[in-house]
Amino acid sequence: MSETHAEHEAPRSFIRRYIFSMDHKVIGIQYLLAMLLLAVVGLALTVVMRWHLGIRTVLRPETYLSLMTMHASLMFVVVTVTPTSAFGNYFLPLQVGARDMAFPFLNMLSFWVALAAGLVLLSSLIVGAPISGWTAYPPLSAVGGVAGPGLGLGQTLWLVAVALLCVSSMMGALNFIATTLNLRTRGMSMMRLPVSVWGWLTAAVTGLLVFPVLSAGGIMLLLDRLGKTSFFVPSGLYLGGEVLPHQGGSPLLWQHLFWFFGHPEVYIVIVPSMCMVTHIMANFARRPIFGYRYLVLSLFGFVTLGGVVWGHHMFVSGMSPYSGLAFSILTLFVSIPAAIFAISWLMTLWGARIQFRPPMLYCLGFVSLFISGGVGGLFNAQSSLDIYLHDTYWVVGHLHLLFAMAAIFSVFAAIHFWFPKMFGRMMNDTLGTIHFWFTLVGAYIIFLTMHYMGFLGHPRRYAEISQFDFLKPAASAHTLISVVALITAGAQILFLFNFFWSLFAGRKAATNPWNSTSLEWTLPNPVPFSNFERDIPVVHRWAYDFELPGGAQDYEMQTAPGPSMDGQTGKGVPTEKST
Amino acid sequence: MTSEPALAADWSGGKSPYAVSHLKLGMWLFIVGDAFTFAALFVGYGYLRLGHPEWPRPFDTGSILQASLMTFFLLSSSATMAVAVAKARKGDASAAVQHMVLTVIGGLLFLIVHALEWRHLIQQGASLFSNPWGVPLFTGCFFTITGMHMAHVASGLVVLLVIATKLKHQHATADHVEVAGLYWHFVDLVWMFIFPLIYLLSMRTR
Repeated sequence: MSETHAEHEAPRSFIRRYIFSMDHKVIGIQYLLAMLLLAVVGLALTVVMRWHLGIRTVLRPETYLSLMTMHASLMFVVVTVTPTSAFGNYFLPLQVGARDMAFPFLNMLSFWVALAAGLVLLSSLIVGAPISGWTAYPPLSAVGGVAGPGLGLGQTLWLVAVALLCVSSMMGALNFIATTLNLRTRGMSMMRLPVSVWGWLTAAVTGLLVFPVLSAGGIMLLLDRLGKTSFFVPSGLYLGGEVLPHQGGSPLLWQHLFWFFGHPEVYIVIVPSMCMVTHIMANFARRPIFGYRYLVLSLFGFVTLGGVVWGHHMFVSGMSPYSGLAFSILTLFVSIPAAIFAISWLMTLWGARIQFRPPMLYCLGFVSLFISGGVGGLFNAQSSLDIYLHDTYWVVGHLHLLFAMAAIFSVFAAIHFWFPKMFGRMMNDTLGTIHFWFTLVGAYIIFLTMHYMGFLGHPRRYAEISQFDFLKPAASAHTLISVVALITAGAQILFLFNFFWSLFAGRKAATNPWNSTSLEWTLPNPVPFSNFERDIPVVHRWAYDFELPGGAQDYEMQTAPGPSMDGQTGKGVPTEKST
Repeated sequence: MTSEPALAADWSGGKSPYAVSHLKLGMWLFIVGDAFTFAALFVGYGYLRLGHPEWPRPFDTGSILQASLMTFFLLSSSATMAVAVAKARKGDASAAVQHMVLTVIGGLLFLIVHALEWRHLIQQGASLFSNPWGVPLFTGCFFTITGMHMAHVASGLVVLLVIATKLKHQHATADHVEVAGLYWHFVDLVWMFIFPLIYLLSMRTR
């Protein structure tokens, strides 16, 4: 299956090798660095907003809303793109035993379109960012500058960025699916794939189905803005002292299209995160994954349920209570696949001799955040509770704890885990551990306090609360959150320092420093251009043969011949209980 | 008949489980995704239309006949495309190229008649945001959906011309022809939704 890479030999010029590269490894690193940049900008916006909210009023309300929109949009891009497009790009071909992606050129194109999306998004920050939030609800987002600051050119640029991201994600998704189906090496059956590959595949399938819906909605919104159609603008809208000419559209249609994309989008982020964590965790627990088959099945559950629960974002839109009930029940079903994962993690950890290295710490942090945040989801999922909670800080706390923080923790875990293979050096364990504790404790203080503020009835997206008597008790909570947020944001410098310092001065890494089992760890550092120097190895077992009785090493690489406790033949549980 | 061990072997790695090239698999995946784009547009159209009991139905018999003629051109081009694929598979490159040219002609005729129809509607006062027949969204939906489809047809023509030229100079294979054919049939299939949902449902009734 090597014909794809034979077409392009290792390029010699710097530009073809590192800039316009078709090598999936270079593209993965390009994605990672670009997203790191966007994340730093997004974090900087947080610092300004938290300074404003909890320490000293420095922003005009509309500026606050612009920054909030941009923070959300940038971070949305970061968490969507990083787990799959950065790590999936680098490691999916290695883990399935391929010389490159199925479509190397498309892969390159996908990165450059994504970069263009990021730059257009940033440029909207410069011309005046929209104040409509990351959901860009019409009619305000659909009628142009008359609706408010940033809703002219800023909103148009924002939409163009979204459209570019859709195109890039489509190309990526296609590539990931084709590679996983067609380019697995001999012996790498679907049930021997590392769970991380399953996660990237699931994200790609989901993306392939829902990004087109967002692009259709985006086209309609752009036409409303530029072509004066009225898909999302109702009749008789009175703005800026005049009645707008639009007639007969429905803002709710945008909400349906947007959330039909928007909810599965959460799984595009969190499912590959969960799967990377599962993969890394088994390595540091030195245990086979518990219930591999059930994890794979529950991934199908996530994709299917993800397509039928979008209405739970619209409980306050005035939908029929019967629809609300249906969406509530379907949403609560999501806890089944989620619980299967949580049980698998806990059972994998049960009685294990855990190695508390930084990648594992982030994984444990992920599990903690996932479960704590997930419990909040049980509240949001019920329309009767959500109608009270929906427009409060509860939702801000919930989505950050479960979606944002957990996803970022999986990215931290992945960076620390795969850094040796990507850059040939080890990251510093001490710095990683300190950064982990600061970030974990900070995340809990910040976002649990936000849950509490939600119960107080503190509305979200308010730039200023001093006029509201009932929010007086929340002022001190704001101060607490801001102080902790500034410390936590400062702690990210530890991570950035660790990352860039280790790039150049980290300890040289061995070929397989974590005693890991999947194919990428059979390769030398740096990984050769065509990945596998001679023949692509044949796979004889799944990736989780840890805790082997007797012998000098407690694991077997996937390439090692011999009987295994395979996902295919065994039950995927250790034969001897170590409790 | 696929026996159980054969099935397992198909999926056990080292080969494509569906025995298809990357290109063909990629095209199928693209079609799945693009189908969702059109599905979302159709859902939007249906949603808006159901919200307006007075949705205009301006198409008279002449308009429907014209749309039927467009349908005929597009369907015929699909038929010639199918022949082109069969010829290319048999290794008869020149016959394949001929049929691809016929396909391009069918597509061009479709586009020409379609453009004339657009011009006619625009001359009557139809635009993206207003029309003489009532609810302005009628033409908003009409131009958006048929415009998206026209863009697909036009890009399909480019693809067909490129592949036909390459095939003539033996730079393309039967696989390329087949993949281009997949796309062409898909674009055709989308039209088979547009024709009833937008044209027939907007036929003038007394």
